[in-house]
Amino acid sequence: MTVFWRDWIVLKHRMAAFIISRMIAPMLYMFAFGWGLGRSIDTGVGVSYLDFLVPGILAMNSMNISFNSVTPVHAERVYHKSLEEYIVAPIWPPAFVIGKITAAVLRGLISSIIILALAFAFGAQVVTSIWFWLVIIMNCGIFAGIGFLASMYLSTYEKMGQINTYVLLPMSFLCGTFFSTKTMPDMLRLIIDILPLTHTSVTLRAISLGQPFEYLSVVALLAYLVVVTVWGCRAFEDLRK
Amino acid sequence: MIELKNVVKRFKHKGPDGKTAIKTAVNGLSLRINNGEIFGLLGPNGAGKTTTIRMLTTLTQPSEGKILYDGILLEGNERVIKQKIGVVPQNLNFDQDLTAGENMELHARLYRLPKNKREQRIKELLKFVELEDVVNDSVRKLSGGMKRRLLIARGLIHEPDVLFMDEPTVALDPQVRRRIWELIRQMARRGTTVLLTTHYIEEAEALCNRVAIMKKGTILDVDTPEGFIDHYGRYLAEWEGSWRFFMEEAKALDFIKSLIVKGSVRPTTLEDIFMELTGRRE
Repeated sequence: MTVFWRDWIVLKHRMAAFIISRMIAPMLYMFAFGWGLGRSIDTGVGVSYLDFLVPGILAMNSMNISFNSVTPVHAERVYHKSLEEYIVAPIWPPAFVIGKITAAVLRGLISSIIILALAFAFGAQVVTSIWFWLVIIMNCGIFAGIGFLASMYLSTYEKMGQINTYVLLPMSFLCGTFFSTKTMPDMLRLIIDILPLTHTSVTLRAISLGQPFEYLSVVALLAYLVVVTVWGCRAFEDLRK
Repeated sequence: MIELKNVVKRFKHKGPDGKTAIKTAVNGLSLRINNGEIFGLLGPNGAGKTTTIRMLTTLTQPSEGKILYDGILLEGNERVIKQKIGVVPQNLNFDQDLTAGENMELHARLYRLPKNKREQRIKELLKFVELEDVVNDSVRKLSGGMKRRLLIARGLIHEPDVLFMDEPTVALDPQVRRRIWELIRQMARRGTTVLLTTHYIEEAEALCNRVAIMKKGTILDVDTPEGFIDHYGRYLAEWEGSWRFFMEEAKALDFIKSLIVKGSVRPTTLEDIFMELTGRRE
């Protein structure tokens, strides 16, 4: 709870800047791909490209926001050494990891609400449900966990940036954000269909368009979340070794 | 009482040939620190002082040996023991995104202080270190001396029985250093056990009830500052980069007179004994 409190205080200090900065990229995507290029795209499923795009943007944005919310832990560990304050304190070590992930989920959720509001303003038709929000929460948790693991293991800030380049950026474009993964070559699709962002994009899109979704995807996301959280707890405890 | 029994800490590191090698930072250290004393760990850089403090404060695990707090083994009882200890690290490890007051509150929350006590302790301690006026300032804006004092206040927030201070006055001007010495003495008067590392010998001499001199991960000797001087000699005869200890001033003067070269005699300081033990003049 204390770890979450700390992140909430920092977010409160920067709430206005956070909200404004979160609006820029999705607005550009909706302008460019939804209104501009999107008007001439046939989705093949009987909906506008904007309606097709919004769930993908939500998945991609929640991934980026939650990952980047946790990456300051890297500086706390390597440069400021402020992480040592938590190691020395009489707290249950997993509480630190869970607190960080929860705070990142909160940021991801705030950001997702902003995007959804913008999407409605752009005229998108998006259906939400408890499952819809549950999938977003799990997606945020997974990528916050991956961000936490990167913060624990990588030695330099430059390497942290490489995760964005080599992991998040390819996933942003390949995991069903802008187009269906069904159009991809089978070999590539096999890999892409395993990735957590694909499960999130596909599930959110199905819910948003009122179509049935794969419960197996929800189970896969839950499994990813458990793995990264447990691994994160181990990595945090291993800092003492 | 804190006891270290044959504590060893080994690290993996890259050797000059680029291959992974094992470095022993602390080598079979045994030590006993009594409740209520100010105990100093003195040693040149790389002596193992900081590693010893890091093991005592649970930041790193010993490779071998045991650490006991009042007879309770540290390993396996970390959460109970952590509640009793405070840490003032060498690096200014504040949360850079928070104000001075928020940093204090974060620490108080980590140690589960109830809300009413939290506010009271923060006020009390900021007054103690004369930082009441900067409670709402970002820690980034504080001067080096202010940050050091805030670190001490933060380490004391949960009223620890033992306070570990790693180089508490490093890179500070003499005025701030003296102010921090006074704070340390006040804490000791209140019954807090203080274990500090320093490479300022005059700091150890001015503050510590007992001092351990370390070199290359081992303890060379432990005594009170006066005890060291009584043991090695109250007077030091020096000539051309060499020296010798004497118990009586007259004997030291006679010795210097017997030399062909010029020399001098003066009262021994802890620094002289530190040099003798660590071989820094060699």
